[in-house]
Amino acid sequence: MTPSPGNGAVVEHFVSDAPFDPRAAERLTPEQERYFMASQWRLMWWKLKLHKLAVVSGAFLLFLYGTVLISEFLAPYSVHIRNTGFIYAPPQRVHLFDDGKFVGPFVYGMDYRLNMKNLKREYTANSNRVERIRFFCRGDQYQFWGMTTGSLHLFCPAEGGALFLLGTDRLGRDVLSRIIYGTRISLTIGLVGISFSFLLGMVIGGIAGYFGGWVDTVIQRMIEILQSFPQIPLWMALSAVLPLSWSPLLIYFAITIILALIEWTSLARAVRSKLFALREEEFCTAAKLMGAKPARIIGRHLLPGFMSYLIAAATLSIPNMILGETALSFLGLGLRPPITSWGVLLNEAQNINIVVLYPWLMLPVVPVVLTILAFSLLGDGLRDAADPYK
Amino acid sequence: MFRYIIRRVLLMIPTLLAISLLVFTIIELPPGDYIESYIAQLEAQGEAANPELLDFLREQYGFDKPAYERYFNWVVGMVQGDFGFSFEYHLPVSEVVGDRLFLTILISVATIIFTWLIAFPIAIYSATHQYSWGDHGLTLLGLLGLATPNFLLALILLYFANVVFGTSIGGLMDPEYLNQPWSVDKAISVLEHLWVPVVVVGTAGTAGLIRRLRANLLDELQKHYVVAARAKGLPQGRLLVKYPLRVAINFLVSDIGHILPHIISGSELVAIVLSLPTTGPILISALQSQDMYLAGSFLMFLSTLTVVGVLISDLALTALDPRIRLERGAES
Repeated sequence: MTPSPGNGAVVEHFVSDAPFDPRAAERLTPEQERYFMASQWRLMWWKLKLHKLAVVSGAFLLFLYGTVLISEFLAPYSVHIRNTGFIYAPPQRVHLFDDGKFVGPFVYGMDYRLNMKNLKREYTANSNRVERIRFFCRGDQYQFWGMTTGSLHLFCPAEGGALFLLGTDRLGRDVLSRIIYGTRISLTIGLVGISFSFLLGMVIGGIAGYFGGWVDTVIQRMIEILQSFPQIPLWMALSAVLPLSWSPLLIYFAITIILALIEWTSLARAVRSKLFALREEEFCTAAKLMGAKPARIIGRHLLPGFMSYLIAAATLSIPNMILGETALSFLGLGLRPPITSWGVLLNEAQNINIVVLYPWLMLPVVPVVLTILAFSLLGDGLRDAADPYK
Repeated sequence: MFRYIIRRVLLMIPTLLAISLLVFTIIELPPGDYIESYIAQLEAQGEAANPELLDFLREQYGFDKPAYERYFNWVVGMVQGDFGFSFEYHLPVSEVVGDRLFLTILISVATIIFTWLIAFPIAIYSATHQYSWGDHGLTLLGLLGLATPNFLLALILLYFANVVFGTSIGGLMDPEYLNQPWSVDKAISVLEHLWVPVVVVGTAGTAGLIRRLRANLLDELQKHYVVAARAKGLPQGRLLVKYPLRVAINFLVSDIGHILPHIISGSELVAIVLSLPTTGPILISALQSQDMYLAGSFLMFLSTLTVVGVLISDLALTALDPRIRLERGAES
C-alpha cells in the first residue's frame, strides 16, 4: 500500500510495464523446484549426506563388501595353506629403508628358535635378509569363488620368503589372509540373514497389522514369547541341534535361518504398528473397493509407504546377526572349519593361555567391532534421514 | 489394582506354557536320544552295552512313550519341582543347577543396578547439555561400548589382567571356596569378584540405555509443561528433579523387559569366557553332549527369569506411574 502523499495531492495511477504473469506468486526458485520435485529416496540421500559419520560408515562398509568380491586376490596366502616352518609366528613389521637406503616396502626374514626352557617358539627378525614385498604377483593357487583357478595376488612374499603381517596361527596359517576370507562369510551372513528376517517380518507383521483382531493377538503373543527368550541361549540350543554330518554350506544356511528366526520379531512389530495407522487411510479403502486382494494392498499400497523406514530398521539389526554368528562360532556351536568366519578365527583365541603367548590371535576382534560400529552409525543416519518430520 | 495384579500373574501361565512347548520342541529336535549316544560312547570305549540296562533306562526316562506324553510328564514334573535327570552328571537336574542359578540371578540383578547407576547421570548430563563436547564424547564412548561384543570385551580384559597384573580375573570366588557351603567369607569373596562380570556384561546395556534415556529425556524437556515451569522461574535443578526425572525413572523401570533378556544372554556368554560358576558353562556343555533335559531346564529357567522380571517391572510401573494406574484401575 502506498503511503498517502498528504496535502490533497493527487496520486498518479501506476501501471507496471512488465507483462502480466498470474503465477508469479506461486513460482518456485530452481532450488525449491528441485526440492519439491525430488523423489522420497533422493530426499533421503540428501539428508543422509549431511550426516558425516553415517556417510563415512557407509563408505567403509561398501569398501568391506567390495573386498568380499575379490578376497582371493587380496589375501597374500590361500586360506588353508599351512606354513609348517612358521607356527605361531608373530606379526612382521613393514619397513621402507634398510641401512638408510630406500628399498621400498619389505620385511626382514625371520629366524626360528625353540626356547628349550619354556618350549616357546621364538622368532627374531634377521636384518641381513631383506625380503621385498611383491605386488601384482603370482603366488598361491586358489579357486576364485570356487569356479576358476587363479594365482594372481595383490601382494605376496618375496620368492622363497614369508610375509605374515598379522602373524600366523597354530597351523602356520596367515592370520591376515584368514581375516580377509572370514570377512566374506561374516558379512554375507548378516545380509542373507537379514533378507530372511526382512521377509518374515514383512509377511507376518503385514498380516497382523492388516487384519487385526484375533490374528493380530495371536501373532503379538507369539512375538512376546520369542522376545522374552534370552536370544543367545536360544540360538545356542538351536544350533547345537544341527547334525554334525551336514556339509559346511548347509550349516551356513541353517545358521542364517536360525539367526533370522528370532530376529524377525522387532521388524514385524514395526510393520504392524505402521500398518495399523495406514490401513485406515482413504487410498487403502479405495484399493479395497476396487477389489484388490489383501496381499496386493499390503505389498503394493501399504508397505512401499514406509519402506525407507524399514530399511533403516533392518540396517540396525544387521550387527546383531553378525554378532550372533560370531558368538556362536566362537563357542564352537556355529560355523565349523573349513568355513572361515571371524567367529571361527576367534574360536582359536578361546584359551586364555594361548592368547597371552600369542596375542595376535585376538586381532579378528578389530574387524568385528569396526563393522558393528559402522552398521550402527549408518543405521542411525538412515533412520534420521527416513524420518520425514526431522 | 489388586485384581490387576492377579490378572497379570495369571497371564503369565499361558506364556510360560508356550515357552515350555517351544523348549520341549527344541529338546526333541536332535535325531536319536541320549541312550543312543550313550551306547555309542560305550562302544567307543570297547565295552558292550548291557541291553537290560538300556531297556531299563529307556523305560525309566520314558523314551518309549509318545512325545506328547513325555511333554506332559516333563511339565507336570517341573511344576512339582522335579526337573528331570541329567544323563551326563547322573544327578537330578535340580542338584546340578544348585547355586548356579542363584549366581546367575545375582549377576543379572547386580548388572541391572550397575547399568542404572551409570546410565542415569550420564543420560541426564547428555540430555541437558545436548551437542556439547561432553555430550559428543559420551555418545562416542557409548557407541564404542555398544559395538564391542561383551564376550570379546571379557576376552580382552582377561588378556590385559593376565599380561599387566599377572592375575586371572576369571571365576566368581577364590578357589578355596569352590564347592564349600555358603558362609560370610564366601559371600564376601563372591562380592569381590562380582564386579568384573558385572562391568563386562553391563557395558553394552549401559550404552544402549544411555541412548534411549537421552532421547526420551530430550523429548520430555521440550514439552510445554517444562517450558511453562521454566518461564515461571523454577530453578533449573529443581525443575529437573521435579518433572523429567520422574518420567525417566518410569522409563528405567519399564525398560527392564527390554534389557533383561540381553543381560541374561550376555551373562551366559561372558560366564563361558570367564569360566564363572553360573549356568553358562553348564548350558553349553549340556548342549554339546546333547544332555537335552539339562539344557531344556536351563532354557526354561532363563526364560522364566525374564518373564518374572518383566512382571515385576510391570507391577512396579503400575505403582510408580499415576497415568498407568488410572488406566488400569479403570480397566479392572
